[in-house]
Amino acid sequence: MAKDVKVYGPGCKRCETTVQMVKDAADRVGVEVTVSKVTDLAEIAMAGVVSTPGIAVDGTLVHTGGLPDAAALERWLAA
Amino acid sequence: MSSHITPEPATAPPHGGLVWTAGLIVAAALWWLVYRQLAPLSEWLVAMLPLDRHSHTGEALAFFLYDVPKVMMLLTGIVFAMGVVRSFFSPEKTRAVLSGRREGVGNVMAAGLGVLTPFCSCSAVPLFIGFVSAGVPLGVTFSFLIAAPMVNEVALGLLFGLVGWQVAATYLLFGLAIAIVAGWVIGRLRLEEWLQAWVREIHAGTAAAPPDEALTLADRYRLGWVAVTDIVGKVWAWILLGIAVGALIHGYVPADLMVRIMGAEAWWSVPAAVVLGIPMYTNAAGVIPIVEALLGKGAALGTTLAFMMSVIALSLPEMIILRKVLTLRLIGVFIGVVGSGILAVGFLFNILF
Repeated sequence: MAKDVKVYGPGCKRCETTVQMVKDAADRVGVEVTVSKVTDLAEIAMAGVVSTPGIAVDGTLVHTGGLPDAAALERWLAA
Repeated sequence: MSSHITPEPATAPPHGGLVWTAGLIVAAALWWLVYRQLAPLSEWLVAMLPLDRHSHTGEALAFFLYDVPKVMMLLTGIVFAMGVVRSFFSPEKTRAVLSGRREGVGNVMAAGLGVLTPFCSCSAVPLFIGFVSAGVPLGVTFSFLIAAPMVNEVALGLLFGLVGWQVAATYLLFGLAIAIVAGWVIGRLRLEEWLQAWVREIHAGTAAAPPDEALTLADRYRLGWVAVTDIVGKVWAWILLGIAVGALIHGYVPADLMVRIMGAEAWWSVPAAVVLGIPMYTNAAGVIPIVEALLGKGAALGTTLAFMMSVIALSLPEMIILRKVLTLRLIGVFIGVVGSGILAVGFLFNILF
């Protein structure tokens, strides 16, 4: 089953880059993912994300604030 | 699905930190050697050009050719060091520290943490909501949000390098003071009901914050380098623009004109500088070469500082973003309180110096 990845962010350039990084990492690891962007400020806050972009994999927040590390991304997707 | 995070496997060799440290010492030594040669180098370059060194154009070019490499080198060094320091802080940790904190002490801590906590400007709104909904008092949140842009490392470092440590220290002290006092005043006014209604109803999740990934020394150095490529890549155009404006002021603006309109005698110049600064939006890195040139032409320190603080702390684009969470009345209070603080600093300095 495809992993559900959410990228939290109001839609700045960094958030776009993060979405692309998630897709690239998924290709490298060979995991199927559905990536969705969460831009609603209320939803971002409810998820506990204080600094954007934030990343959640299958409902678990794995990263907030700044671009993720490519190697760490692969690990989160492979887990 | 496993719900816990496996610790970072040690991809770097155990001596990675040592290699980095050794490399940094060499890099710092080289940096210092080159930095010290910048003045003669720029003079030599200007002397090569077919123009009079003491003409308007010659003065402006000398200023530009000296300042561009100098500012870039300073910026690289400062941003790297701050990137390493900031790897010890995060908005989530700061929120935990400030949550439920009393006003007063809370305002002081928030202003200090505002300087040290890394966050990108597009995070301002989620951060604001995250703080307020987690029980950080409104005034304390404002102290954080005022200090973060105003006393940023780029502004401080460049002031230190270009204008002198006295002005940099003064700026740090009064920037923090404005953030503390303005946040405290906003807290006293009890304006919580002036937030947009939906913000008050949110109870943000706090339990889900991701665990601290254990960082090695090498990781922190790497983060410093990431900060350099990120920030320098973003602000270099602003810096060139700022230095170009500074160079034009340096070369072409007659000193007596500057003394007349920005000197300590002209009391109206302080409020004029604040008002002028609000719609101006530039990065701190761009405004400091202008500050350097203005001071060199005899502009009063208080007026110049007021202008700089207004440009950095009261920016129109930021207001538009904050409009999503604050009512117009609250934004008005914010501008009023911070603006008065800046005015006070401007007048005080013009009297003292």
